[in-house]
Amino acid sequence: MRVRNIQRHGDEEIELQMTSMIDVVFLLLIFFILTFKIVTPEGDFNVKMPLAAPSEGKPEENQFPPIVIHLKAGPSGVLTSIATNEKKLKDFQELHNFLLDIVNDNGGPGSPGAEATEVELDCSPDLHFEYVIDAITAVSGFVSEEDGKIKTMIEKIKFSPPRG
Amino acid sequence: MRLKERRKGLAEAKPEMTPMIDMTFQLIAFFMVIVNFSEAESNEAIKLPSSQLAKPPEGEIESLVVLQLTKKKNPTVFFGGRELQIGQLKSQLWLKRRNIEAGGKAVRDATVVIRADRYAKTAVVQEVIKICQEVEFVKFALRAKQGQRDT
Repeated sequence: MRVRNIQRHGDEEIELQMTSMIDVVFLLLIFFILTFKIVTPEGDFNVKMPLAAPSEGKPEENQFPPIVIHLKAGPSGVLTSIATNEKKLKDFQELHNFLLDIVNDNGGPGSPGAEATEVELDCSPDLHFEYVIDAITAVSGFVSEEDGKIKTMIEKIKFSPPRG
Repeated sequence: MRLKERRKGLAEAKPEMTPMIDMTFQLIAFFMVIVNFSEAESNEAIKLPSSQLAKPPEGEIESLVVLQLTKKKNPTVFFGGRELQIGQLKSQLWLKRRNIEAGGKAVRDATVVIRADRYAKTAVVQEVIKICQEVEFVKFALRAKQGQRDT
């Protein structure tokens, strides 16, 4: 690498030309400011759904039938009712409490009994997707008040075959 | 308005540039670090539903297939930079599957990320999932915005 030799002739001082550098720096700054965008973080709900194949042999002994949750919508796609096979529920909080009771009966969140619990979502075709996410949120867990961490409740979630 | 006149004979006032350049460089460094190029996979037309439990993906996901579902009356899917009708999706997914397999990976390990609009119909989401299942994709991730639900 060649290093430039800065020679001083007497008292003559060599001044750096800053103008062009500042121009470029400001251009860069304006570019980054204009392209800057606040993006809200996104997250995933992982669902494993192989195409249903005809099962062979005996079903597993420990397998419980899934808890079916019916989500009905009006023609505009707005949710009109939430129900399980056993009872009608007022809102997603009530659905969450109902499932939490079942999970606690099966050994509590994280236990093998809870892991075996499965939920099937039976949705009206017109239902807006946001209600499905609400239902999955109510089913899959909750934020612990103690440490603010997510506690998993039910991980096995599937959809009923589409109607009509 | 009075304009300042330059007085001859007095020493020329030079603005101190160093702190300003320091600050400007810091700002540039900040914006460079924060710039998000992964946004390429997101789409302005899609307004995701919100959930406080949506977990950011842990680690790098192998073979990602991102499908973005619109809320249009005649629903469409953004895939691979193109807007497709639902009927056109299957052939494109087969091509994707061949690409994944050509890379020595299994289609069963690939994750299909579904970024559906909050007002998309559930039947359309289910139809897209069914098409993916027919191409033997097994792992799905339903994407949502982190945070409380907007009412």
